[in-house]
Amino acid sequence: MTSEGPVRLTLLPEAARFSLRVRQSDIAAAARAFGAALPARIGQTASAGPRSSLCLGPDEWVLHTSTDDAEALQQAFAAIAGAAPHSLTDISDRDRSILLSGPLVEDLLSTGCPRDVSSIPLGAGVRTVFDTVQVVLIRDGVTDFRLEVARSYLPHVMALLAMANLELAVAAG
Amino acid sequence: MLLIHCPYCAATLPELEFAYAGEAHIARPADPSTFSDEQWRDFLFIRTNARGLHFERWRHVHGCGRFFNAVRDTVSDKFLTTYKAGEPKPELEALLKAAGKDAAE
Ligand SMILES: [Zn+2]
Repeated sequence: MTSEGPVRLTLLPEAARFSLRVRQSDIAAAARAFGAALPARIGQTASAGPRSSLCLGPDEWVLHTSTDDAEALQQAFAAIAGAAPHSLTDISDRDRSILLSGPLVEDLLSTGCPRDVSSIPLGAGVRTVFDTVQVVLIRDGVTDFRLEVARSYLPHVMALLAMANLELAVAAG
Repeated sequence: MLLIHCPYCAATLPELEFAYAGEAHIARPADPSTFSDEQWRDFLFIRTNARGLHFERWRHVHGCGRFFNAVRDTVSDKFLTTYKAGEPKPELEALLKAAGKDAAE
């Protein structure tokens, strides 16, 4: 994926993603099965090895891991299904991730995202919108963001980002 | 754009992430089979339609996904407060006093 402009846009390779819903009382058991923390505060992330979690709601997390690890993750959760009822849904194919890096990345995201992007702390993530498309936005570094978009909206979001990136290039001269 | 405080995210966020969901504190009938047609009509369709302070539901649909309640002035669009679903109606007088203080500052 090529785009001219100050922000580098990279379509990341396929990865495994799961949507986890679990009750308050069973969070600890679910975290043990997952092998990493399930943060309680909305927006916080945690990770261990290839696995990482992001809290999206009071009882909702999105879990990421490598495609190789996906089956092991599912088996770990299946093993606790009786003791700690939960819903683990494979949403790997639903989304694609775009990596955005560059010093003007906040300006670029602000062209479509109504949030104050600069207020998102390092290592935090949020569910929000980009030009009416629901997305998950994760801040991996000071100038690095990951944007998770439903694959059917990917061409739309990519085209908007590429266009805004070009405008930033023109503005920068 | 309105900025709305989500009590679950504990953050004040842009209106575009939220959806309005009608009047709040409308309790489902405890014993529906005893309801008359008029009572059903009132439960289903009759709402306050307030000019001024209004208790209403909102959903942080493009965020945490949760429904919560709010007190909004339908004339000025100003939110006096938001609170989690299931919590009791806040005391209006105290809210107005707090809002008056804000306006004076
Ligand atoms: Zn929220």
